[in-house]
Amino acid sequence: MAITIYQKNSKPISFWYDPDKRSILYQVGAVCLLTFVAWYLISNTLINLERQSVTTGFGFLNKEAAFEIGESLVSYSAVDRYAKALLVGFLNTLLVSFIGILLTVILGTIIGIARLSKNWLVKKCAGVYIELFQDIPILLQLFFWYALFNEMLPSPREAISPFKGLFLCNRGLIFGIPQSHPVHVYMAIAFLIAIIAIVILKKWAAKRQNSTGQIFPVFYTSTALIVGLPLICWLIGGAPTDMNIPELKGFNFKGGIGVSPEFTALLLGLVLYTAAFVAEVVRAGIQSVSKGQTEAAMAIGLKPGQVLNLIVLPQALRVIIPPLTSQMLNLTKNSSLAVAIGYPDFVSVAGTVINQTGQAIEGVMLIMVVYLFFSISTSAFMNWYNKKMAIVER
Amino acid sequence: MEARRNKKNEVTLKPPIASVGILGWMRKNLFSTPLNTILTLIIISLFWFSILPFLRWALIDASWLPGANCKESGGACWSVISSNYKMILFGFYPQDILWRPITAILMLITLLFISRNRNYWNSFLGYAWGISLVIIGILLKGGIFGLESVEIEKWGGIILTLLLSVFGLTAAYPLGVILALGRQSRMPMIKTFCVFYIEFIRGVPLISLLFMSSVVFPLFLPKGFAIHAVLRAQVAIIMFTAAYIAEVVRGGLQGMNKGQYEAADSLGLNYSQTMRLIILPQALKIVIPPSVSILISAFKDTSLVVIIGLYDLLKTTKTALSEPKWMGFSTEAYIFLAVIYFICCFFMSTYSRKLEKELNTGLE
Repeated sequence: MAITIYQKNSKPISFWYDPDKRSILYQVGAVCLLTFVAWYLISNTLINLERQSVTTGFGFLNKEAAFEIGESLVSYSAVDRYAKALLVGFLNTLLVSFIGILLTVILGTIIGIARLSKNWLVKKCAGVYIELFQDIPILLQLFFWYALFNEMLPSPREAISPFKGLFLCNRGLIFGIPQSHPVHVYMAIAFLIAIIAIVILKKWAAKRQNSTGQIFPVFYTSTALIVGLPLICWLIGGAPTDMNIPELKGFNFKGGIGVSPEFTALLLGLVLYTAAFVAEVVRAGIQSVSKGQTEAAMAIGLKPGQVLNLIVLPQALRVIIPPLTSQMLNLTKNSSLAVAIGYPDFVSVAGTVINQTGQAIEGVMLIMVVYLFFSISTSAFMNWYNKKMAIVER
Repeated sequence: MEARRNKKNEVTLKPPIASVGILGWMRKNLFSTPLNTILTLIIISLFWFSILPFLRWALIDASWLPGANCKESGGACWSVISSNYKMILFGFYPQDILWRPITAILMLITLLFISRNRNYWNSFLGYAWGISLVIIGILLKGGIFGLESVEIEKWGGIILTLLLSVFGLTAAYPLGVILALGRQSRMPMIKTFCVFYIEFIRGVPLISLLFMSSVVFPLFLPKGFAIHAVLRAQVAIIMFTAAYIAEVVRGGLQGMNKGQYEAADSLGLNYSQTMRLIILPQALKIVIPPSVSILISAFKDTSLVVIIGLYDLLKTTKTALSEPKWMGFSTEAYIFLAVIYFICCFFMSTYSRKLEKELNTGLE
């Protein structure tokens, strides 16, 4: 052990040249500096708040909100508390993000595949779409769609109606829905049962294939189950076909379901913008699976569907899922721009609360906590997924 | 098919007409299978029914001149741009000295164009950037050399958009590099702080930071001490961009071969020398293309300051549109803005792709 002998014989290293001690010194210095800055800012804030006679804390959440919110998933009125108003905003954010993510993944996948099409025209159109929508700020796109809704679309009296029960006008999109009927509940239950049955069926089919080598047509059976069970329920329940169709009464529509222009503009902007990024992700994922894989799979006699399901998709998804989740998170974060076109999402409601109560710190803190919640849960999912999908090396 | 004999007395067949030339190309690329034929026809019909009416609206039926009566023509009203372009592009900057911002912007564009070429990347270009940024600042602000002083409140439109993104990125880059190094550090306290900062900023939307800069930040300052809203927004943008740059730079640092560190250690270089002379020059070179994408998103993200009421391109456009005369013509104005943003971002992303190709071939 030459090194130890050398250290024993030499003088002890001077304090400044010992990396361990020096690193402790650096860290103590950094912590002191941070504490000092934090203390300085907090003390300033406390003095300022006292001068403006604002009481700190979240007590204001229990006060009456005294403002209306245009759209809400739960019943809400101006006499409800601030906490309820914020909940409404939170649910609106969840709603637009959820529907937005669903549509984005579908549209993005279609465009991503189109980008790799053998058809020159399709390929170029997808390319132009991706470049165009990636290069224009999302906020500008939101303003554009909102302006288009307000300026180009007619009033409810002259609403565009491509087919019966659907109206498009400057009040938004209004469409008919089936009249509520007790049989709908049973149909939903049948749908759930079908899903559970499919999961069990899939496990059983895999087991049978492993032991006997026979393939069970899982896909067709699943489709039959998921369509068939609710349909049987509907037929047994007397096949009710009544529709709740919107009608023009006075200046607005009655009945059906209306989607406000704010929501539609926000959803359209978010979906079109994010889909351009998702398309690139999907394209990269598909291209990452080398052609040899497909050819090898065909050589051992797999059918085209099996090639896709067993060989290409599992490998492509490993590349696609991580950036895809971060795009979903981006969409959720971008939904906060709703405040600019007046859709009552969480940021917009919190902004109103800040203006009314003057509780700026608490309000901004709430916004940050909500979005951190989204991003932390996303990254928790990502870690779990990466662990699950990691290539097991021998 | 016509058979001919060539000089060597061999029989040559002409290629079938349907597989060469325009016809062959169309058959191969547009009509190869029934599905492709259907897709091609659908797209052509879509063009026919949407793009042609759009072009008619935008070009043929449109009114272009400031004095034109938009309400009567059925087409686009580009008069909204030609009447308001000064307001849209430069905000409330005094109209008689517009040569100053125009010179500043031209300088910036010239610099960017020179910087496109990698052969010019040397310390001289760095000094040129530093000096030019100072000159641009003097040109815009005035107050010395007999230039009339212009308050920051009056900077608007494209000036503000460019300033927020260019200064934002120049200030955020060093900060981002420090954060990335901190995240790789062996000192637990510093590492924790950097990880916390980066993950926190990346977890929240930019708009919440802008809110913080506009409503919370003034509370942090002692009495009688105020920072202008533009500067506060600039700080928020810098803090935001720095976290994203840190992640990109970290990618570059992790891509470095361990041998590089060991070689530097064996030469007896200390930490700052290792980083400055060995690691960062290589790591930063790898991450140039993703840095350009961050520049693109920073450029697009500056449009968010409209929400806290600063007069960037979007806000000046909205102000011009708020005049009753232009009610109902915002679509045209937004299309104009979209074209500006698209041109800028398209140049940057094309450049980034070109650079990526060059750097890739250089390394392998």
